[in-house]
Formats: sequence, structure tokens, C-alpha cells
Amino acid sequence: MSDTAQNTMKVSDDVMITINEMHKWYGDFHVLKNINLSVNHGERIVICGPSGSGKSTLIRCINRLEEHQRGDIVVDGTTLTNDLKNIEQIRREVGMVFQHFNLFPHLTVMENCTLAPIWVRKMPKAEAEAVAMKYLERVKIPDQAGKYPGQLSGGQQQRVAIARSLCMNPKIMLFDEPTSALDPEMIKEVLDVMIELAREGMTMICVTHEMGFAKTVANRVIFMDGGEIIEQNAPAEFFDNPQNDRTKLFLSQILAH
Amino acid sequence: MSEQQYAPGTHPDLKPPIGQSGLLFWFRKNLFSSPFNVLLTLLTAYILYLMIPPMLNWAFFDAVFVADSREHCRELGQGACWAFIDNRIDQFTYGFYPVDERWRVILCFFLFLLAMLPILWDKTPARRKMLWFSLAFPFIGYWLLVGGYGLTPVETTRFGGFMLTLVIGITGIACSMPIGIALALGRQSEMPIIRWLSTCFIEFIRGVPLITLLFVASTMLNYFLPPGTTFDLILRVLIMVTLFSSAYIAEVVRGGLQAIPKGQGEAADALGLNYGKSMRFIILPQALKISIPGIVNTFIGLFKDTTLVVIIGLLDPLGIGRASLSDIKWAGLAAEVYIFVALFFFICCFSMSRYSIYLENKLHTGHKR
Repeated sequence: MSDTAQNTMKVSDDVMITINEMHKWYGDFHVLKNINLSVNHGERIVICGPSGSGKSTLIRCINRLEEHQRGDIVVDGTTLTNDLKNIEQIRREVGMVFQHFNLFPHLTVMENCTLAPIWVRKMPKAEAEAVAMKYLERVKIPDQAGKYPGQLSGGQQQRVAIARSLCMNPKIMLFDEPTSALDPEMIKEVLDVMIELAREGMTMICVTHEMGFAKTVANRVIFMDGGEIIEQNAPAEFFDNPQNDRTKLFLSQILAH
Repeated sequence: MSEQQYAPGTHPDLKPPIGQSGLLFWFRKNLFSSPFNVLLTLLTAYILYLMIPPMLNWAFFDAVFVADSREHCRELGQGACWAFIDNRIDQFTYGFYPVDERWRVILCFFLFLLAMLPILWDKTPARRKMLWFSLAFPFIGYWLLVGGYGLTPVETTRFGGFMLTLVIGITGIACSMPIGIALALGRQSEMPIIRWLSTCFIEFIRGVPLITLLFVASTMLNYFLPPGTTFDLILRVLIMVTLFSSAYIAEVVRGGLQAIPKGQGEAADALGLNYGKSMRFIILPQALKISIPGIVNTFIGLFKDTTLVVIIGLLDPLGIGRASLSDIKWAGLAAEVYIFVALFFFICCFSMSRYSIYLENKLHTGHKR
């Protein structure tokens, strides 16, 4: 991973996601407190923080897998409301990769990739399969297209999950701890795919503890704790010169060994 | 013999030790593994030796297949008097369906098999076109059995025997599946009224014995309907049987739905699939697959419960059997009648069970559960 990678990745000024004074509760429990965040087109953001800090909940709010109770979230010009049409519209443009892959076990790799393009984008089957093959080649597993997810390794499954999201041609990709459930030797193959995606200018928000990945590709690292954004900064500044005590403590804990 | 040594990292794959498989090994392991097991094996073999030959003699070798009456049977042999069944086979099959119209029942049965083919077997040639026929079959079947529109009308009170069992069983199974799925989804719905209605329906129907529902169908319904309305008895029974088993199916399917990891629905949502598509392509195929044993269990139960209609005066095979036992000419042949009827039910239920195992194996895609 080279540190020069950042220079080759351009960020434009168009805003893709705006989150404004957003709050979320689970019952009485205040999970997200006054979140303000703006993400530009092509920006790569890494969110880190201790377990239970609300980082997964935050990105799940962006495609409405979780509902927020106060404040606004605007994705690609559409404000998230209870309106199902709006939600579906946003979900079409926002891809998501989960910690546990969540591939559909009863469908082949190819069917996993073509289902949404065919039924949501109304793409003809042949075209959807061509697109799927293109992305499966990009994540380097075109030869597994006919297999079922249960026959693949964890790393391969996660790459299929990335390809599946890309088949919808999303404008934004959300990654929810994509390497946390993987064996160590498989983490790299998934990160490599994500780095390549970043180089191509995809707008990405990644919840991850892979600090090497954050240093290589992120424009901005966000530290969350107790449902709040504690600190955000460019990776070099963030790692070398953390401002908040909680950030320092967190970094010292994860970088200690 | 000392173990051959290999340098670390160069150990080849070896064959397993011999003598751990094969027929002889199986016998030794399962039947003769200890003195006590040898004793049990010999004892069991002796009991089987005592039981099996007399049973075969009764059912086959000493049995009488052609005779005019019970006395005639006894003169010809000491075994089972299958001549009685042979004598009554038409009644067992068709009940009191008019003799001249029985070809319609046979035609209907074969059309039913044809209609089931594309549903049960996905390699049927021209499956899509065949499925249209399957969809039209209920109407064709109804027309053939009940008549009208050019065919002689047959009153449903003349239905009986295996034909009645199959009509109630198959209609109940076919109708309770979609209703059951809808109820299961309804019970998990986020809309309170739908959830509440589904729950009430399921709990009420499950909390009442089927016989009670059948009595309601046969007597009480008349009180609720406007005077003068006639409402076919078999139709009422069909409705009650369907509602009854759909409540069970709903709970079985709900179990399947709950076994699906939350991530599956979230992944479908995240891809932009709406509720209907997510259910149709992602959730239900997996939930129903897990539910297959429970669903088939419910269907087998329903099929056997059709015998309860005898209580409200419909003559299913058991009813026909009981009625025929009172024939003086053939009196006292209960064993033959009940074994014959049991055999019919066993064949039907065992086929369902086998098919469900075939389906489970076919749908297995190598993922862990």
C-alpha cells in the first residue's frame, strides 16, 4: 500500500451526502447524538471507534436500514423520509457491504449479482449477466460464477458481495466492517478490491478497524464514541496528532500491539 | 511395524486403514459387537421367524382373491378374504358416484397427475406451458366431477370413498398453502390491524378441534345463513379443512421465517428490492425450504384427518368400509377392510414424505445452517 495513492484520487466539490443535526434512539437509548457530516463526491471516509459507539448504526441510517428520529439526511439530493419511493430510490444508488456478507445462500454467485439489476433496474437478463461478469472479473472470481455462496471461502464471499453491490452501479458504497469476520489471510484480498475501488473514484464510507487501509485510501478519518463524532481529520493528522483524549486512548489501544 | 517417517511438510495423503468398511464390517459393528448384542440379534431373528411366515401366509399364500361370499372364502382357504375387497372396490373408489359417469373421475385423476407433474418436477418438458394447465386444472376438475355445461350434473352427496378423500385432501392442501403463507406474513406484518387479525384467526382455529369445525360446517352454518340458501356440504367441509390446516401451515412457515438471518432481508433492502420482491426471491424461498418437513407433516395430518368427515355423514373409505361390514353376506371381515384402507393412506402419506426428502436434497446448496 503506497502513501502516494491519495494524490492520484481526486475529490470534487459536489456534495453526495449531508447529515444535519441527526439523532437516533433505540427506545429510550440515545444511540446517535447530533451527527453532522457532509460527504463529497469521490470522498473516502473511514469511521472508527470502540464497539457500541454507533458507527454501524450511522452508516445504516444512510440507506435507511435504521430510521432516525431527528434531523435530516440528504443522499444524492433526496431527503430521507418515510416515503417508500424515496427510500427505494436512495437504496438503488447506495451499495452496502456487510460484515457477514449476507449473500443469498439459495442463489448462485451469478444469480446473487443479477437479481437486483434485473428486478430493480429492469435490465435484460443477458445484459445483467454481462455486467455481473465484468464485476466478478474485477473482484477476481469470474470462475466461481456458477457456485453457491456456501462453497466459497469467506474472502471470496465478501468479494462476491462487493461485486453484487457494484452491479447496481451505485454512486456511493457503504462498508460495514467488511473484514471483521474474515480469517487474517483473506483480509488482504478484500482490502485490495476496496483500494482499487477507491482509486477509481467511488464515494465510500467504511466502518473498519484496518488502520493501514485508512492511512492508504481515506481522505478523512472519523472517530466516534458514545454516539457522537468526537474527532475527524485527514489520516496523517488523525494518526500522528490526535486532539481528543478519547481518540488518543483508542489509538493507543488498537495500535499498541 | 514402525510408522514411516516423512520430513515436515512432505507427508502425503494416505489411504484409510483397510477392514473399516464393507458388508462384513457393517454386520460385525452393528449386530455382533458384543455377547449381549449377539444374543439380542439372535433373539430378534427368532421372533421375526415366528411372526413373518404366518403373516405372509395369511395375507398372500392362504388368502382368497375370488369368491362370492364369506362362506365361500372359508371353503377355499384359511387366509385373508380379499375377494370381499375386490367385490366392493368400486364403492371404495367412487362412493355412490353414478356408474355411467365414473369415467369422469378417472379422467379427472389422470389430468390431476398431469397437472402436478410440472409443479413437483422442475425438469418437466415445456414446464411453463404445463403450469398454465396446472392453473386451469381446478376448474376443469370441478367441472368434470360436478358436471353441468354439457355433462350430467352429479350431486356432491354421491361423492365417497377414495375419491372423496382425494378431493378433500388435495383441495385442502392446495388452498391452505397460500392462505397459510399469507397468514404467516400477516402475523409478522408491521401493520397492527393485519397482525392482530392474523394472530386472532390462527389462535382461534388452532384452539378448536377439527371435529368441532366440521360440526359447525354441517349444522350451525345453516343458522347463520339466510333461510332457504343451500350450501353444499362438501364445499363447507372443504372450507373448514382448508382454514384448519392453513392455521397450522402459518405457524410452520412463521418458524421458517424466523430462522432466516436478519441480514438476508437487510441485504435485499440494501439492493433496493421492495417488500414483495424481497419476500418472493429472498425470504420465502429460504423460509419455505426450512419449513418443508413441518409443511409436509401438516399435509399428512390433514390428509388423514379427512377420515373425520365420516362423523358428519360423508362416506370416506372408512365410512364405506364400516357400512360394508354390516353386509350379512360378508360379515366379520373387519381386518381385511381396515388393512386395505390403511394401505391406501400409507401409500399416499409415504409418497408425500418421500417427495419432501427428494425436495430437501434438491434444494440443498451446500450452505451451513
